[in-house]
Amino acid sequence: MVAPKTLLDKIWEAHEVVSQGAGKPSLLYIDLHLVHEVTSPQAFDGLRAAGRRVRRPDLTFATMDHNIPTDVPSVIRDPIARKQVEVLAKNCAEFGVHLAGIESPDQGIVHVIGPELGLTQPGKTIVCGDSHTSTHGAFGALAFGIGTSEVEHVLATQCLWQQKPKVLKLELVGRRPAGVTAKDVILGVIARHGVGFGTGHVIEVSGEVVSAMSMEERMTVCNMAIEAGARAGLVAPDETTFAYLRGRPFVPQGEAFDRAVAVWRTLRADEGAVYDKTITFDVSGLEPQVTWGTNPGMCVGVKGAVPDPAQAASETERRAMERALEYMGLAPGTRIEEIPVQHVFIGSCTNARIEDLRQAAAVAKGRKVAPGVRALVVPGSKRVKQQAEAEGLDRVFKEAGFEWREPGCSMCLGMNPDIVPAGERCASTSNRNFEGRQGRGARTHLVSPAMAAAAAIAGHFVDVREWLGELEAAATGGR
Amino acid sequence: MEPFVTLTGVAAPLDRVNVDTDQIIPKQFLKRVERTGFGQFLFYDWRFLPDGKENPEFVLNDPRYRGASILVAGPNFGCGSSREHAAWSLLDYGFRVIIAPSFADIFYNNCFKNGILLVTLPDDAVRSLMDAAARGVAVTVDLERQVVETAEGASWGFEIDPFRRRCLLEGLDDIGLTLQHEDAIAAYEAKRKDNPLAVFAAR
Ligand code: SF4
Repeated sequence: MVAPKTLLDKIWEAHEVVSQGAGKPSLLYIDLHLVHEVTSPQAFDGLRAAGRRVRRPDLTFATMDHNIPTDVPSVIRDPIARKQVEVLAKNCAEFGVHLAGIESPDQGIVHVIGPELGLTQPGKTIVCGDSHTSTHGAFGALAFGIGTSEVEHVLATQCLWQQKPKVLKLELVGRRPAGVTAKDVILGVIARHGVGFGTGHVIEVSGEVVSAMSMEERMTVCNMAIEAGARAGLVAPDETTFAYLRGRPFVPQGEAFDRAVAVWRTLRADEGAVYDKTITFDVSGLEPQVTWGTNPGMCVGVKGAVPDPAQAASETERRAMERALEYMGLAPGTRIEEIPVQHVFIGSCTNARIEDLRQAAAVAKGRKVAPGVRALVVPGSKRVKQQAEAEGLDRVFKEAGFEWREPGCSMCLGMNPDIVPAGERCASTSNRNFEGRQGRGARTHLVSPAMAAAAAIAGHFVDVREWLGELEAAATGGR
Repeated sequence: MEPFVTLTGVAAPLDRVNVDTDQIIPKQFLKRVERTGFGQFLFYDWRFLPDGKENPEFVLNDPRYRGASILVAGPNFGCGSSREHAAWSLLDYGFRVIIAPSFADIFYNNCFKNGILLVTLPDDAVRSLMDAAARGVAVTVDLERQVVETAEGASWGFEIDPFRRRCLLEGLDDIGLTLQHEDAIAAYEAKRKDNPLAVFAAR
């Protein structure tokens, strides 16, 4: 009898070009290589220096996102950023790589456009010089971030040497309360189990909660698998996955799609598959989450308060908490709902898809952004922007006093002009609240899109569940 | 990566100890999009005066050492920051060999990744080489025979890890090594059509 396999086992074995036996790295074939402007220039340059070509330009897809200004994207004032964008265009032309550039209708954040174009498919191996490549795992693809030398390696060989990771089964069970989003679920898991619980592992996410999630929600969960230290997140594909993919530009069409689905259905863990670790997380009692510190695990429910370092479990933890609170300008015991915000950022590869914008718009509708708050909505891609405009979401946001921007990474990392000034506070739908992430001295609080919109209107954090009527309308009307 | 077998050329004596990578390439030059083109910034603060003119006192600006391909330096060369840009700048400037009594670890690895041969010789041998270089005597470095020789007939053997030696002799970098599996990669690609997971993978 063949031993029962995990989903990772199945994808791994199908992609081994060279296997050296257990414990040694395998040479894995890469089905899709996504490329962006920041981590690729030296890789292309390396190819050029060695006189090499891109082995499979047809499996390589490039876009521009990190450096792109979101007000007038074609005018990049920072000369270094402009250079990186120009160099990517030149490299793609020289090496025959397809580029969704600034002018392309397909342009957007690399982890938003892969899925929406149907490039991301179940069972693929997907890499990108970017840690949030884990997002694509929502489709049952093995997707992980790599460094610049590895980018060059994949460009040249379409393969990578990889040590097989361990597998952690994360079972999400219980009944998700209304107003509690996928973002709250993953923040809740990381808050409970720590920012390192996934280290060395691929996290296979399963359970009734994830089965009931939309693709957008699953992407949010897998996007943040990396914030738990995991190599990748993985959700077995199902009817929701297939329905999302059908008809997308790069998936097989017609009968070929049905044949693909038949194969994709086999992509699930076998009964009795053995995991290196299992975590069960019950979402039933979860509140909307707000981070108070400088990593995604420093997080509490919106009805809670900033914790007291004196209660820390260890000396190291106490010092980390104290340092975080000092950076964040917060005193222990402050109620989360009392914390004011000056900036709100709705965007990033975590939460800038159409459903995210619908949820935020439902909260913003008919209301006004509080005086003194600057609120940005940055769609994840051109297509998301277009869809949102077709639904009139842009008008809802603009009437409420939000700025409606062009797609890009924007305030997620402040490599472009969208920056939070030092000492100011931002409710952000992105994935990292590290020191300086949104700008030097900027104070980031990670939240869901609905919570971010509510904070923009109230001028401080509020429990969005109290505004629930609108959210339900969006959830039913939108799909 | 360019293979390295043997090289005869001008050696430049850099008679300093603990040369760190900040000196090899100062941080203001790290923001570039290329891995090549760093040669112009090599030893920037030593090579150029504050007004941007060449510093005539610095060894690499001495007409005798223009076009040098071998650098002879003091102990603990390449210490400090791990920046691979240091190796990139030395290579781009034209150095294929660095000879010193000792090297910093990370720098050592970075150089071999980029096809630069580092030769460790005892203090007195390095001293003799610096003197020979100053007299304009050509130096030969032969990796195959693992020996450094001067045109005056002095010679020293050196040790090197066999795997690194082979990679350099054959010009194998990580990518080069993977490409030795070219047959396996091509075979995998050929049978993708029989691989149920890969059938629909190509776009
Ligand atoms: S949105 Fe943020 S996390 Fe996502 S790819 Fe861009 S910079 Fe990275």
